[in-house]
Amino acid sequence: MAKKDFELTWKEIPVGAIVHEPGNASEYQTGDWRSQMPVLDRAKCVKCGICYRFCPEPCIVKDDEGYYVADLYYCKGCGICAYECPKDAITIVKEEH
Amino acid sequence: MSNLKTLQKLRNAGELFMPGHRACIGCGEVLAMRQVCKALGKDIIIANATGCMEIISSPFPTTNWDVPWIHALFENTAAVASGVESGLDAMKRKGRGPAQDVTVVAMGGDGSTFDIGLQSLSGALERGHNFIYVCFDNEGYMNTGIQRSSATPYGASTTTSPVGKNSIGQTTQKKDMPLIALAHHIPYLATCTPAHPTDLAKKIKKAKEIKGPAYIHVYSPCPTGWGTDSDVAIELCRLAVDTGVFPLGECVYGKYALTKEIKQLKPLRDYLKLQRRFRHLSDDVIDQIQAQVREHYETVRAKCGILTN
Amino acid sequence: MAKRVGAEGSFAVAEAVRLADTDVVAAYPITPQTHIVERLSEMVADGELNANFIYVESEHSAMSACLGSAAVGARTFTSTAGQGLELMHEVLYLASSMRLPIVMAVADRALSGPLNVWGDHSDAMATRDCGWIQYFAENAQEAFDLTLCAFKIAEHHDVLFPVMVHMDGFHVSHVVEPYLLPDKEELGDFLPPFDYPYTLDPNKPVTMGAFAPPAVYSECRKAQDVAVNGTIGAIQKVWNEFGKQLGRLYHPIETYKTEDAETILVSIGSFNQMAGVAVDKLRAEGKKVGLVRIRLWRPFPLQAFRQAVKSAKNVVIFERSMTYGGTTGPVCAEVKSALYGLKAAPRITSFIGGLGGRDMSPKHFEALFKRAQEIFDKNLDIQYETIGVRE
Repeated sequence: MAKKDFELTWKEIPVGAIVHEPGNASEYQTGDWRSQMPVLDRAKCVKCGICYRFCPEPCIVKDDEGYYVADLYYCKGCGICAYECPKDAITIVKEEH
Repeated sequence: MSNLKTLQKLRNAGELFMPGHRACIGCGEVLAMRQVCKALGKDIIIANATGCMEIISSPFPTTNWDVPWIHALFENTAAVASGVESGLDAMKRKGRGPAQDVTVVAMGGDGSTFDIGLQSLSGALERGHNFIYVCFDNEGYMNTGIQRSSATPYGASTTTSPVGKNSIGQTTQKKDMPLIALAHHIPYLATCTPAHPTDLAKKIKKAKEIKGPAYIHVYSPCPTGWGTDSDVAIELCRLAVDTGVFPLGECVYGKYALTKEIKQLKPLRDYLKLQRRFRHLSDDVIDQIQAQVREHYETVRAKCGILTN
Repeated sequence: MAKRVGAEGSFAVAEAVRLADTDVVAAYPITPQTHIVERLSEMVADGELNANFIYVESEHSAMSACLGSAAVGARTFTSTAGQGLELMHEVLYLASSMRLPIVMAVADRALSGPLNVWGDHSDAMATRDCGWIQYFAENAQEAFDLTLCAFKIAEHHDVLFPVMVHMDGFHVSHVVEPYLLPDKEELGDFLPPFDYPYTLDPNKPVTMGAFAPPAVYSECRKAQDVAVNGTIGAIQKVWNEFGKQLGRLYHPIETYKTEDAETILVSIGSFNQMAGVAVDKLRAEGKKVGLVRIRLWRPFPLQAFRQAVKSAKNVVIFERSMTYGGTTGPVCAEVKSALYGLKAAPRITSFIGGLGGRDMSPKHFEALFKRAQEIFDKNLDIQYETIGVRE
């Protein structure tokens, strides 16, 4: 796991403070931001992929059966997927913490 | 948690902007940016202005970018992109640099495009660099806390154009940035929204093919700044287009074309009522704005050679 | 075979940029640098210089374009003066913190207001803390040599910092002097092709310019500070290689008749040449005076400077900019800081003059030495006086 910003010593700062590893910010879990989450009804889902197209993260990917499912590690619970789903297959559910 | 598998699948699908970024819940701008990157492909270099998209994607020592990316300052992204483009061009002539063709992209918000970066954008467009300038327009300085820009529409309440006893909010009209860009005789201009991703991708690809400067204006809803629910970004884009507030079109070598001609504009109130920034407007003012939107849409249609009866 | 050429310092700089096979020039015209960019434009137009010249719409965009160009691995040059240097001020800090090896020639000019296009060091001193390597050329030969060296220094893998080559506006930029212009053969392999280790390249994507919150900004800045202070060795190494290849050897501190000097004048820039004439005259009169010419300004060569003034009982500074509210001018502040706390530190006084193109002849420098001696003899507590200003 890469060092966090508050752990780096000055000697470990790369020249020019360049970040050499593409996409390494994806270690950061944004899933704990949310207070509601999407729940997919596979019976209604027609695998059109519209939810994937409109996810701002993006965190919706195809599972092994081709259904588009939100990765809850990242999902912020915005609800765009549910709003846009043409088959109303996604329900937004309040989360208890 | 299977986030690594998710990342692999996203990369396989051609996504170049990775999740784990710090954009607000339901941000329309980051969605638009993600779509733009996917359409551009991986052989790009991005020069990004200071703003929401830069801050949420580059907290040292991490980055959400899978492509080469440079952030300098707020007002100079077009100048930095000019340097990137010229540097690559000179190096290629001397047999150095990446073997493949690289598309140079400058990205900025409305603040860095309409206001503080207008000069460097104008210079880059006038010099005719072969690059694509993408403006993500969320109609205000959102990153610094929702202050007004010259892209903030008339009547909108922001922290520096607040509604008050003596004020209805923004009292100036939004600058016509696409027209300003076209005044530089550029070969390609397009307006897009993330609610129309296929259209957006087509326009980005056209911008890539056409040699010279391309200006792409992307309408980018901001739930935080506009005071909307977090799930209506796409709906807002559709309404903006269908009410005539944001006409979807292109200008290719000086020839204007509407991508989607709205024969019967939807009532402006449908668009305004979703946004708390307009909640204070009286019916009179809304009627006034409605008339302006209609009139503006007519001029756009006329430019595109569509005559009204 | 080197040619003996009569030319302005500006044209000498342009020749160095050409011989360096620069890839990109991004520049905006401003007096007194205009002849540099005009000459470079001619060279590009005639095919003598194979470069992309970006005709930017301001100096802020000039330095910004240089950032982008250097970041992809192109050898990049710009030039400015006075107000132009101020306009690109915030971008200068980025060039250094992002470690981009840009070379810039500055025809040092007075800052407004009032508006004044003639030479002094106020623009140079205003950029003191931006993190660039900065050194001064005093004539056309030095302007050529030091611009050429700048590319090699900037691109050196132990450096990777941008380099500012200062030369006095008009006195160096516009005065026609003879200088030796080498050809490519004589340069040999002094300046190898640009090989920047970190570039923007889709084949190896990196992120440049990430933002650093309080948790890590200090570490980033310390890393930069340590790095820039550590470049003195590499700078001298490159100057030694230049000396070996072309026979002219440069040092961070140049000394003139200082070995047994009791009073040493410390000064920067082309007026040193006048000061040297005054030193000769005073020496002929039996006065033990000497001259220290600060060539390398940033990073400040602390050890070399202390060594140079070792013998002196008195040090007098002459400088060409004011701080409007500081205890002394910036050069004197640097000198005092360098010498404070040393056993047997010399007495120090300073003079500010030569502002906005106001000339200083050898006679003025003789008068300066005389007044300095008076100050020392009477033990007057004077931080600085202006010289050559009508009372």
